[in-house]
Amino acid sequence: MQISMTINGKTYAHDVEPRISLAQYLRETLNLTGTHIGCDTSGCGSCTVHVDGAAAKACTLLAVQVDGSEVTTIEGMANGNEMHPIQAAFKENHGLQCGFCTPGMVMTAADILKNNPNASEEEIRHGLEGNFCRCTGYHNIVKSIQHAAEKMNA
Amino acid sequence: MIPAKFDYKRASSVSEAISLLGEHGSEAKVVSGGHSLVPAMKLRMSRPEVLIDIKRIPGLDTITEEGDEIVIGANCTHSQVMRSEVVQNHLNIVYQAVSKIGDVQIRNRGTIGGSLAHADPSSDYPAVVLACDATIEVEGKEGKRSIPATEFFLGLFWTALAEEEIITAIRFPKVANGTYQKFFQSASRFAVVGVAAVQDGDGVKVGITGVAGTPYRATAVEDAYSGSADAAEHAVDGLEDLMSDHFADETYRAHLAKVMVKKALDAL
Repeated sequence: MQISMTINGKTYAHDVEPRISLAQYLRETLNLTGTHIGCDTSGCGSCTVHVDGAAAKACTLLAVQVDGSEVTTIEGMANGNEMHPIQAAFKENHGLQCGFCTPGMVMTAADILKNNPNASEEEIRHGLEGNFCRCTGYHNIVKSIQHAAEKMNA
Repeated sequence: MIPAKFDYKRASSVSEAISLLGEHGSEAKVVSGGHSLVPAMKLRMSRPEVLIDIKRIPGLDTITEEGDEIVIGANCTHSQVMRSEVVQNHLNIVYQAVSKIGDVQIRNRGTIGGSLAHADPSSDYPAVVLACDATIEVEGKEGKRSIPATEFFLGLFWTALAEEEIITAIRFPKVANGTYQKFFQSASRFAVVGVAAVQDGDGVKVGITGVAGTPYRATAVEDAYSGSADAAEHAVDGLEDLMSDHFADETYRAHLAKVMVKKALDAL
């Protein structure tokens, strides 16, 4: 099926099989491998992207379902060589260990702070309930998001 | 994981969705948010030959206040329901339940109609529509009909929805005093036990999910209730299809049901 969507500001059109997920489309057709596939069944959150401005799990969306949407992936967060404040905060606060969950964490963090710029620690932890870090580095992930919020609100 | 091959059809109206269902019958599945169906298809537990996407049908994603009732369109996402002031003000029990579904990303895509049609025995909405005495509005080849929630759930993943019908909306009476109490399965965020309770004059209406293969109204609790949470003792009276799995066996689940009903009655 012919689909078209805007990803990180650029419009793409492809003929895809209906059974291909958005995550696969991003990774295999567009080579945007920053979106990771972990559990592949909407549990772990490593595939989180933004679809029309809201966080979604790209492994559980068929590419055809989001035909015509605007999608932002981790590759669309930085401004040229300048990291997004959330990415910078993860770097500064040791918010990643192996890094596998990090793209999903950053995308969910951006969604949390968009809807609630002054999110409390509890609200951040609650907002991250759909993202797993198997290094169990949650403490520094939450700290990173808190620091990012401070910078973004300054 | 990749689902088995299927054809994808996008319906642009309710009548088109119904005629597609008529054309493809039991080989077709309806998808809206797809957050139950797509994982099931990837695991090959579900292998529809045709997927009928109803997500873009205009008019199925509104929340309206109609006198003493609130009508929630089938395609409303959990996030949309959660953020609705009408729901927060007049149907707080739904707000409480919906904010406990899955996680942010899942709430952004999953829909009320999809959740009810899927009828997972551990999902949150069934308990709430039962306790609220909501009505499931459906449309099919034979026209429209309204199914009372108490007649909608027939068994495990089984509802009164006919093969060629889709849910178009859920009609709730406004609820002044209601509560939803959930004991989470800690990894999946599904309910091990979920209890919805609504004050109804001097009585209560109680809906329970997660305990039996079919979500049910705890009529034994309702009959025994006279203002005290002790009625919770009757939470599983007469039940024949208690669920048991590696998270909670029958004995534990039956005990937890009583504990959660007590919490709900105390919270009213």
